[in-house]
Amino acid sequence: MEKKPFGLHVNLDSFIPATDADKEYMVQMRPSSTFFKDGVTRLLRNKVASISLIIIILITLISIFLPMFWPYAYDAQLGVQPGKMVDPSFNNLSPFEFGKTELKRIAEGVNVFPHIFGTDSAGRDYFIRVVYGTRISLAVGFFASIIVLIIGMTIGSIAGYFGGKVDLIIMRIVDIIYSLPDMLMVILLASILRVTLSAVLEGTVLEKIGSNIISLFIVFALLYWVSMSRLIRGQILSLREQEYVLAAHAAGAKGSWIIRKHLIPNSISVVIISTALQIPNAIFTESYLSFLGLGVNAPMPSLGSLASDALNGISSYPFRLVIPAIVISLIVLSLNLLGDGLRDAFDPKLNS
Amino acid sequence: MNSKTLMYILKRLGLAILTVWVVITVTFFVMRAVPGGPFLSEKAVSEAATKALEAKYGLDKPIMEQYFTYLKDIVTRFDFGPSIKQRGRMVTDIIADGLRTSVKLGLIAAFAALVSGVVLGSVAALRRNKVIDKVIMVVTTAFVSMPSFIMGTLLLVVFAIQLAILPANGSTSAGLVLPITTLSLYPMAYITRLTRSSMLDVLGQDYIRTARAKGVSGLNIIFGHALKNAMIPVITYFGPMLAYIVTGSLVVEQIFAVPGIGRAYVSSITNRDYTMIMGTTIVLAVLIVVMNLVSDILYKVVDPRITLE
Repeated sequence: MEKKPFGLHVNLDSFIPATDADKEYMVQMRPSSTFFKDGVTRLLRNKVASISLIIIILITLISIFLPMFWPYAYDAQLGVQPGKMVDPSFNNLSPFEFGKTELKRIAEGVNVFPHIFGTDSAGRDYFIRVVYGTRISLAVGFFASIIVLIIGMTIGSIAGYFGGKVDLIIMRIVDIIYSLPDMLMVILLASILRVTLSAVLEGTVLEKIGSNIISLFIVFALLYWVSMSRLIRGQILSLREQEYVLAAHAAGAKGSWIIRKHLIPNSISVVIISTALQIPNAIFTESYLSFLGLGVNAPMPSLGSLASDALNGISSYPFRLVIPAIVISLIVLSLNLLGDGLRDAFDPKLNS
Repeated sequence: MNSKTLMYILKRLGLAILTVWVVITVTFFVMRAVPGGPFLSEKAVSEAATKALEAKYGLDKPIMEQYFTYLKDIVTRFDFGPSIKQRGRMVTDIIADGLRTSVKLGLIAAFAALVSGVVLGSVAALRRNKVIDKVIMVVTTAFVSMPSFIMGTLLLVVFAIQLAILPANGSTSAGLVLPITTLSLYPMAYITRLTRSSMLDVLGQDYIRTARAKGVSGLNIIFGHALKNAMIPVITYFGPMLAYIVTGSLVVEQIFAVPGIGRAYVSSITNRDYTMIMGTTIVLAVLIVVMNLVSDILYKVVDPRITLE
């Protein structure tokens, strides 16, 4: 249709239905990405962080599932059979050695599963003890961090949101706990709580977990929430000045709604990162306490208690120390590197 | 020093005193909460004997009175009472004995960590992204990820048992080499990373470029201009470093059998020597709190650019 150059009527060409070629032009080449997806892509592009992630997943899977298939139990003393004399030939085996009765069975042609790392001084398969100890250490690290997260998040968001006197009082308490020498307090509380708790826990479900681990959790709950709550408070203080919070207020939203729907989702990435970095810290603390004899209850192994037990036979069986030492360092190192990777991937404000 | 700085110091001092008081109070009441009391042992002790012991240690008085006596004795006379398990010895004396060795150990370790950390960190910053920088960063990351007891036992296995070039027992001077190394590796790694990042920050500043433009030589820039400012963040690490060395010495002295306060503390925990646990916890806590205070104040005083709130 011909258009008059000075005419005021609209150009009707613009209203012709789109051709297929036009439509194709409008098709989204890439689906829109969410913040989370974006972060994951960035994380996976980071080689160091991806390798750390793979190592952690591998170690976790092994520590959870391998004990189910392993022919030996972590607390079974192989030399002790019901109704028979204790067979000391099972104690302190070197890697891939066998006990007396096992050698006899091999001579008879039975396939006996090897003791990959040998056995410990009580005749327990050392490999499965390391695997089980890894499981305990990981679980302690994970749950301790979750406890810290929940308590820190609750108190931090209350302080940050309400401000004023509430904030002042909470932050003074945080200041004091923060300046307490944490390790000394941990040792003090752990050494007392385990005595106190073992009497309280007797006969309950929690007894199986052991008074030492529970006291470790309590200590974490008491002392380590402070840095998390400080972090969350800081986040919320900066977030609550944002316009959309004001808008929510104007629309009549209540405090708890704003905390749940606006403040927490917006500070979640920082929280996840510092929780991830808290896990190696907890594993560190647990192994340290185990080494001092304040860790998990025997016969349950943890990486720290395995290293500590190995100290007695250090000159003859150094590998018994080296193995848990390597595992612990590997876990802590990969978690730290993963935490750094997460921070780079999920905290866009840090990219400057 | 202006009034703002003075206010900050006073505030910080108040917090430190409050912290020490909290430590003493928590320690006291936590110890009193132990079921059965300190004299509960494997051997059956007669009722009369327990009574006599409690009277001797003042445990038969009301708890608040005990608390105030304990507090007063510490503040006025630095007296933590007698040890329960080591008959006839005062806790203060045992601690003083142990501290003599441990302070030597800790100071040498801290000094070694500081010097080597600053040197390595500066080298890494100056050779940024070169091979030596990468090597330093990888090694320090590994050191930071290794608990002190593992570091200690590995050093013990390698140098004292496999190679047999250093003694494993820490009661002689030569025997202190391994414990000092163990204690200094983690802080060294930390200071290296700290120095590297702050050095990189400082080297990007305008006044460094000006100095270069004027033709100041490389070494002069480092020692005359950059290092002074790059060292400032390291000051903040003094407090945490001491805390690390104190807690690290608990296990390190155990591993190498060093007759220091750390070993005394650990054995008092296993023996349930309550007065000793209380005394040692408080002394070590005061040490750490004071060091944190000093490094915080020093940090603010040294760098006039830091604003005080």
